[in-house]
Amino acid sequence: MKFPRSGIRIAAVAGALLLAVAATSSHAQGTIKLINVNELSGAGATVGTNFKNGADLAVADINAKGGILGQKVEISHYDTQSNAGTARAQVQKALDENPYAILGPNFSGLVKATAPLVKNAGIAQVMGGEAGELTQMGMPSLFRTSFGQQSSMPKIAKYIADDVKAKSVAVIWVNNDFGKGGRDAIVKDFGARGVKVVADISTESGQADFSADVQKIKQAKPDAVFIYLNEEESARILREIKRQALNVPLLGETTLLSQKVIDLAGDAATGVKGHVGLTTDANIPLVQDFRKRFVAKYNYVPDHNGLKGYIAVYMIKAGTEKIGKVDRKGLSDALHGLSINAKAEPGVLMDVSIDKNGDIDRESFLGEVVNGKQVITKTLPKLNP
Amino acid sequence: MLNLVISGLATGSIYALVAVGFTLLWQTSQTINFAQGEFVMLPAFVVLAAMHAGLPFPMAILVGLVACVFVLGILFQRVLVAPMLKHGVLPLAVATMALSILMRESVKEFYSAEAQPFPSLLPDATVDVLGIAVSLQSVGVLVASVIAVTALQVFINRTSIGAQMQATAQNPTVARILGVPVERMILITFVINAVLVVLASLLVTPIYLAKFSSGEILGMAAFIAAIVGGFNQVRGAIAGGLLLGVVDNFAAAYLSAQYRTAVPLFILIAVILFRPQGLFGRSEERAV
Repeated sequence: MKFPRSGIRIAAVAGALLLAVAATSSHAQGTIKLINVNELSGAGATVGTNFKNGADLAVADINAKGGILGQKVEISHYDTQSNAGTARAQVQKALDENPYAILGPNFSGLVKATAPLVKNAGIAQVMGGEAGELTQMGMPSLFRTSFGQQSSMPKIAKYIADDVKAKSVAVIWVNNDFGKGGRDAIVKDFGARGVKVVADISTESGQADFSADVQKIKQAKPDAVFIYLNEEESARILREIKRQALNVPLLGETTLLSQKVIDLAGDAATGVKGHVGLTTDANIPLVQDFRKRFVAKYNYVPDHNGLKGYIAVYMIKAGTEKIGKVDRKGLSDALHGLSINAKAEPGVLMDVSIDKNGDIDRESFLGEVVNGKQVITKTLPKLNP
Repeated sequence: MLNLVISGLATGSIYALVAVGFTLLWQTSQTINFAQGEFVMLPAFVVLAAMHAGLPFPMAILVGLVACVFVLGILFQRVLVAPMLKHGVLPLAVATMALSILMRESVKEFYSAEAQPFPSLLPDATVDVLGIAVSLQSVGVLVASVIAVTALQVFINRTSIGAQMQATAQNPTVARILGVPVERMILITFVINAVLVVLASLLVTPIYLAKFSSGEILGMAAFIAAIVGGFNQVRGAIAGGLLLGVVDNFAAAYLSAQYRTAVPLFILIAVILFRPQGLFGRSEERAV
């Protein structure tokens, strides 16, 4: 029997469509689709890769234990290339696939650029940005995985004023939303504590040469230097500070003490101190277990962004279980005001509370780099125990 | 001030090494190598790969040097430049742009998008210069670059091969009639360029870290340096590199990090407008 060619084509197209519909339908019923849009290349590659690996580990753990409410979790990763325009395009592409929730980005500027898209889609966005303004933009869909700068900067400013006893500081920051937000917050806190900012130096994301910046710091003769840059730039400036033999206390917030910075900076990171919102060096059994399994899987010690990625997926799990059903539109409401106890949900690693703005509260730490490792010197309580 | 000048000269001397390569390739084979920055990026990763394979740092450098001379010198000239040059300068320039993307993305794919630490040839110490503590690494980078460039100048001006390279650069047709093995001279130029980029890579990567994208900044800076100094003169490329390094450092210190990237471009525009042959270049002359 001979079929006309056009008939075969129509049958083939119809068949393909049927298969596609069937596939979409089974996907919708059987799995919870998460899409992580993050910095997998460009200036934020370290940040995004850690977050991605943490999220992948969480998904594997959850699926190994039967998924969320019996449904398997599936995660895809899209690369923002550390660029706001690409991030918007990737988030739009992700939203077109009707995911359950969006993870990332981590760069605050990229979160700012993408949050309106996710808000319009009405689903939750669990991200890694730390700029203070992110949760003040009226975005009910936006949730942090770490402290905002409005929570972390007062802690480090207090430490620099009271413990380091610095009367003057040089502040060096990266000129993007993350850095500018941090700089504004800490300068305000320094002012309130009577610490004089004698050098206020902005740098560029991806900057390779810091020799002139360190010269400026040396000329200002500060009692201490507060460094607020991304990972690679933090390592470069620490190396330059060592090269130029600048001998003053070097302080920072979370990023400066991260393992990636320590690995890249080598000896130059020794003696760096600061506040750490999240760290795998915390002497908490659940965190240590996470670290052990992460290292076993990826063969390197994760920084705080690895923790953020892991916790982000478990926040979504806890929110979904609170609703009792897979409800992509209801997840944001469920997360607001949610307190997750690590005993009940070990995946969050530490007790965490999420407020009405999407900000989080939990214990944090003071740390120091000793012999190529971050050492926790003090545990700070939750802001609102 | 002195520190700014020395660290600027150190950075500039690396630009100069890369810019000299630009000039050499242009002079002998009309090759504008837009992958020159990636040529500086790649040797660091070859050395790192050799170290990961268990070789000590000095041996890894040797492996990196041999591999890069072969790949970035001989293979580059034979596989890409020679066939493409028959179609003109522009197709070759576009081909090197494609090569730069290929190299960047390949390193990202096969190694990592993340920066990697790279060991330094020099210790993190300071030396006293006129009563000021100056980074030994900066001084070392400057000294190493000066030695390399001086050796290159001696090679070009005082040896028979150097004279044949000059003849090839000035007029390949006449050089060929006079018995100069032009193709071999061109190949030697590519090998010299490969050695220069390996040296630049070893000097700059401990400071900038090994990253797939690190060549973009260096390639652009060296290209501007070569044009500013004079694309048809090795001494122009050296001067352009040093000038750019110092100006960049002063711009960062006394203007801002935001404007520092614009300053070299302003210089470039000024040179193109008022002295298109470059500060040390000569109109319609080609010489190495």
